[in-house]
Amino acid sequence: MSENKYMIFLGCVIPYRVSSYEISARKVLRNLGVELVEMPEFNCCGLPLEPISHELALILSARNIAIAEREGLNILALCPGCSGTLKKANRALKENQSLREKINEHLKEAGLNFEGSIEVKHLSQLLIEDVGLEKIKKSVIKPLKGLTAAEHSGCHLSRPKKYIEFEDPENPKALRMLIKATGAKCVEYMDETECCGATVAGIDDKIPLYLVREKLSHVKEAGAEVLVTVCPSCHIMYDTNQIRVERMFGEKYEIPVLHYTQLLGLAMGLSPKELGFNELHVKPTKIIDRIVGTSEST
Amino acid sequence: MSKNEIIKPFKIDPKFRYEVIKVPGGENLLQCFQCGTCTSDCPIARFNEKYRPRNIIRMAQLGLKEKILNSDFLWLCASCFTCTDRCPQGVEVASVIRALKNMAAEKGYIPQIFKIQLANVLKTGYVYKIPESKIKRRETLGLPPLPRGNPESIMKSLKNLKIMKILEG
Repeated sequence: MSENKYMIFLGCVIPYRVSSYEISARKVLRNLGVELVEMPEFNCCGLPLEPISHELALILSARNIAIAEREGLNILALCPGCSGTLKKANRALKENQSLREKINEHLKEAGLNFEGSIEVKHLSQLLIEDVGLEKIKKSVIKPLKGLTAAEHSGCHLSRPKKYIEFEDPENPKALRMLIKATGAKCVEYMDETECCGATVAGIDDKIPLYLVREKLSHVKEAGAEVLVTVCPSCHIMYDTNQIRVERMFGEKYEIPVLHYTQLLGLAMGLSPKELGFNELHVKPTKIIDRIVGTSEST
Repeated sequence: MSKNEIIKPFKIDPKFRYEVIKVPGGENLLQCFQCGTCTSDCPIARFNEKYRPRNIIRMAQLGLKEKILNSDFLWLCASCFTCTDRCPQGVEVASVIRALKNMAAEKGYIPQIFKIQLANVLKTGYVYKIPESKIKRRETLGLPPLPRGNPESIMKSLKNLKIMKILEG
């Protein structure tokens, strides 16, 4: 199976609300020589429905894996919720024969079959393991020197550790290394691994706002100018909700939240417009002016 | 459950814990020795007084079946898995709580959000109703067409699940 050809799994959140992530990811991956194939058909990975039925979620994951298997391609997910859910399902179904048979009974009704022949990766994992930091550094033509960033990887990128097996969730390094590869500085801050609360927003919309407030305060205190994410849901919480949180608590953060692919894209010399910067809620005008010059600012 | 409430024996189902350990995710319930790491590290518990993972686990061990399955607090877990990763006993706390939610759902206790999301998946493949205008706008953004769901195929592979019958009924 080709190392640099993947079936891209967009998930639900990205096409619904976070197109800037997809726009920038596609541009950056093309520059790095990663070929993306679209899914012939799609359904949700199952994560949002796990609370009502684990089995239903497993079937939804297995369907997507079976579809990718038919095309003979590994899956690349941009959303850690999707990659985590698909990875857990893939592993459980590969390792547990009786579970696989049970799920395949359901899949058979739709003419599908889970074989266990492919892998699932998140964008960060692909960048670290398949593309490699050296190649990423070589792609940087405009190093982001003088920019101070903070990272937020998102829980599902590495938790539960036992099943995801990517990196240490208590001390995540992948995104820090990726940020540094662009020439930017990456600062550490208090409670760096704390959840954004997005998954509970459908049940209680207040709790996530407290978590967002805390995150943004810690990021600001550490002296970061931008917060960098690799998850569409975390991005919504910190970018889209930032103004709401500022209003609710009568505080000002003004911290632009960039998708890692936007940050890397800038360092590759791509324009803010090409990278979907105009879709962001907290406008990174100051940073853009400094990096690309006022004339090209969004 | 308030601190001063006396648990009356008739409210307890002593067999409940054995039901829980048979549900996928609930297997390690009995290993919990109530150290409280899960609650003290829980991001939700910090900002909500009702949600306490340790209490939920203890209630399940004791057999307070109805009190758990018919509760609002059960659904507050953000499934960040911090509790699962930090439990010194290897109890996959978030998965035990998911197992309890699955049991609640089988009894028909299902918050509205999940009914809406499942209906969307069955109709479009996506958990949200993505407006056609957004799907069309992709072209102007230079993005390829959005992969479509296959509702007929999705329904075929889900139709034999118990939860589908509960939702229909």
